[in-house]
Amino acid sequence: MISTATPTATRQPKRNLLALYLTEARFEFLKLLRVPMYSFSVLAFPVLFYVLFGAIYGGNETQGIQVARYMVATFSAAGVLSAAMFGFGVGVATERGQGWMRLKRVSPMPPLAYFAAKMIMALLFATLAVITLTLVALLTGLVRLEPLDWLRMYGVAMLGVFPFAALGLAVGYLFGPNSAPMVLNLLFTPLAFASGLWVPVEVLPPIVQQVAVYLPTYHYAQLVVSTTGATALGAVSTHLLVLAGTTVAFLALAAWAYFRDEGKTYG
Amino acid sequence: MSEASLLPSPRERATAPSRPAARPARGEPAPAAELRNVTKRFGAVTALDDVSLEARPGEVLAVLGPNGAGKTTAISCMLGLLQPTHGSARLFGGSPRAASARMRVGAMLQISGVPETLTVREHLSSFAVYYPAPLGVDAALDLAGLTAVADRQYGKLSGGQKQRLHFALAMIGDPDLLFLDEPTTGLDVASRRAFWSQVRGFLGGPSTTQRTVVLTTHYLEEADALADRVVVIDKGRVLVEGTPAEIKRRAAGRRVRLVTALPLERVRAIPGVSQAERAGAATTLLTSDAEAVVKQLMRLDPDLTDLEVTGAGLEEAFLALTHTETDR
Repeated sequence: MISTATPTATRQPKRNLLALYLTEARFEFLKLLRVPMYSFSVLAFPVLFYVLFGAIYGGNETQGIQVARYMVATFSAAGVLSAAMFGFGVGVATERGQGWMRLKRVSPMPPLAYFAAKMIMALLFATLAVITLTLVALLTGLVRLEPLDWLRMYGVAMLGVFPFAALGLAVGYLFGPNSAPMVLNLLFTPLAFASGLWVPVEVLPPIVQQVAVYLPTYHYAQLVVSTTGATALGAVSTHLLVLAGTTVAFLALAAWAYFRDEGKTYG
Repeated sequence: MSEASLLPSPRERATAPSRPAARPARGEPAPAAELRNVTKRFGAVTALDDVSLEARPGEVLAVLGPNGAGKTTAISCMLGLLQPTHGSARLFGGSPRAASARMRVGAMLQISGVPETLTVREHLSSFAVYYPAPLGVDAALDLAGLTAVADRQYGKLSGGQKQRLHFALAMIGDPDLLFLDEPTTGLDVASRRAFWSQVRGFLGGPSTTQRTVVLTTHYLEEADALADRVVVIDKGRVLVEGTPAEIKRRAAGRRVRLVTALPLERVRAIPGVSQAERAGAATTLLTSDAEAVVKQLMRLDPDLTDLEVTGAGLEEAFLALTHTETDR
């Protein structure tokens, strides 16, 4: 039958770590691509909103720039936010609930490979979301984008993957497979709305504007908006600091939940 | 039978519970997997209570016990998924969490599923890269009887096929030590037998590796079909340990029910009665030798009525085993 079996002592072959990480990322990609709910909500929602709102308000101005241009920035941010939060949160909660995570933990897979694959996928889907939206924006002719300006916006938008992937990770470890998607939606929708990702902060009710400055997504949105030539609210350094702090805080929460798991889920 | 059973037979013994595992003598290889005086508590619940057991290289060890006995906790400690409250768990003499140990281990755990949108072949490929010298994906598909559904997504497999993929994932690394945690729970009798022959196929190949298997089950028949040695545990304690034949003999209990005027003490005193109780008019007793006990009962009370002898379930057999142990 199996000819590859060799005595333990003579087992010399080493694993190819690069191939291991690439394989992990490849299957993570296929896995997500085949879940229509995920690909659709990450890629299509920002586009739908852009077409809808852009047609109505695209010609107006906000924070000193055309609303359509503003929307390319904030809707990109929304796409990145959902790619990071849902890719990590739903995936981790489901795989933990199934026991798939236990099997992975028992295997000699380097734990980093699992998280790296999810991170690469979040970056990739976030990129796809930004590109899809950009193409639609260019095709509908509401805005003109210089390649360098676009690159700057894209680069800054990608910074959002880290804090919000950490948030998703924490939710994935704190909640079960059935409640995690709901919790993420309950977080995502108000966060996106109150932070001006769907509608400019300026036009939101004053009370929401007052709350917004305490939301990490608000700082993220202003950071992305600042790349468009708009007069962004608040200092760039503050925004960056908030995003870094958010990343650290949620990673710590995720780590705490991960160790709490032992003896509970794994009993 | 399996290759393992052709190896020098393990010491046949039936030890008292909670005896510390013997340290390997000089020159004897370290046990493939070992729990040494392990206690594991979850809050107020004691899942394992001073359990010592070892899987010696090349043997198939069955950990047999009813639901909630602590079998999965024992396996989880051995695999390093759980940290024992007291005592130690080892794989190949070292830490169960060491990557070097994990590369030599395959595990079929009680999981409800793996990601649904990947195919059988993709799942096996994704696991194969974790190991330095894995089986070929095609060989694993063949061993587990999954070749025909290799390109089907996991979510579209039948229950039996899913179980076989979990088995294939355990084998893909060509492990020296294979853990099977209640591998046939929920399978029908035919699938269960088919699974046993696949396990034997994996063990019986012309491999020079001495494969060790740790199997948990609540089917005595499964332990009998696969194991060289059986450890019976219940309520977190090791009750008895021996060859499948020994365990079968001791667990082959009968339940005798009757209405008799004999005092309960007299019934209990009959040789071979492990347990007796009275509820209303009926007396129920457990015994490993129903014929002798019934003969004695008839002699002592010729007027007894409503005599009924039934096979005791495994749970009762465990009870009988517990009593036999504490009576000694």
